[in-house]
Amino acid sequence: MAKGIVTPSRLFAACRIVFMPFEPVILFFLLGALAGLIRSDLRIPAVLYESLSIFLLLAIGLKGGVELARYPVSELVFAAACVVLAGALIPLIAYPVLARLGKLPRADAASIAAHYGSVSVVTFAVGSTYLIGQGEVAEGYLTVFLVLLEFPALMIGIWLARRGAPGSDWGKVLHEVFAGKSIVLLLGGLAIGWVAGSEDLKPLDKLFFDLFKGMLAIFLLEMGLVAASRIGDLRRAGWFLAGFAIVMPLVSAALGITTGLLLGLSVGGTTLLATLYASASYIAAPAAMRIAVPEANPGLSIGAALGITFPFNLLVGIPAYHWLATTLHGVFA
Amino acid sequence: MNRPLQTRKLLTIVCEAALEKRLEKELPQFGAHGYTISDARGSGAHGRRDAAWPASANIRVEVLCDEAVAEAVVRHLETQYFTSYQLVVFLSDVQVLRAEKF
Repeated sequence: MAKGIVTPSRLFAACRIVFMPFEPVILFFLLGALAGLIRSDLRIPAVLYESLSIFLLLAIGLKGGVELARYPVSELVFAAACVVLAGALIPLIAYPVLARLGKLPRADAASIAAHYGSVSVVTFAVGSTYLIGQGEVAEGYLTVFLVLLEFPALMIGIWLARRGAPGSDWGKVLHEVFAGKSIVLLLGGLAIGWVAGSEDLKPLDKLFFDLFKGMLAIFLLEMGLVAASRIGDLRRAGWFLAGFAIVMPLVSAALGITTGLLLGLSVGGTTLLATLYASASYIAAPAAMRIAVPEANPGLSIGAALGITFPFNLLVGIPAYHWLATTLHGVFA
Repeated sequence: MNRPLQTRKLLTIVCEAALEKRLEKELPQFGAHGYTISDARGSGAHGRRDAAWPASANIRVEVLCDEAVAEAVVRHLETQYFTSYQLVVFLSDVQVLRAEKF
């Protein structure tokens, strides 16, 4: 057979190589995206979306809480402060890039900066699942960082948008963020897991831990469908934002890896911190920004965060951050 | 004894679900005695709103009220929300029983 001819078996082998390091759950995202692109009548009912997100948030919180019980809290305070402070740099880097280079209006630049500074719980979940698949152990308290990183960037984004403008209603915004279901369920799950400990939670393991991956797979199917429906937004957003949606997570991940190394986290912990920094919120941030910065166009921020950055992190980012964390750990540790 | 039908305004607001909490708080402040909210899907100037997830969900708010309340709510929506949010507002005359409720 002539060289260079694509045969089914070669194609299959190539696919295996491309998808080998990935989690199978990612294939569910691709299936959802494909269904959306071919305009299938597949729809995940809104109640199932709500139910799954409640399940995932609680399960992640519980898992983190159980792990957290193994560490003395005092040990975490310094690391958590460093992680939050370094994370606050992300929207502050993103904003001038978007406003000056991208020439986006102030509200849009601030809102997108907030989306990228905040974190995506689902990306975190996929990152954790990926690391387990790779036999890599991450510090359990990374879930605490997930909770802590969700809101500071939203505050910074609102401040960037509202600078100098009187009459911004911080009370409403703070309520929207802190009483929002993601913070309530993550923090609630953390507290329950921490108080109960792994022994007392045993009866719940089957529901929250054993079924986790399956539930995540269905949720990713839905996210694939939704991401495919944002393609139109992306076309309107243009090339600058598309480029930003790929370069920004790389910059943030580099910051995450640096922070992880300086704090002495394990390879798994460093990878997960990089994943957190690189991820862009597309659930909590849109809800908060819609109320706090209504003049920002949600199509731009959601299109970039969900349409490009989320699949980029899933398909390329997480394995790349893992590789980089492993390599740098070899050099510095 | 059959009670007479009386004319009232039916104010209908179709808007993004993000406004639900705010409207629930504001409508009584303008004198509305009650309202009905339902989930809605559709298409318009802002493209398709398919309710596949919260960011693309719409609601339809219906308020039965007298003309003065309807007018006040419409003016408020116009100044507060028309520039930055996606919403459609319309009024119609309807015949109701027990008009004192509205």
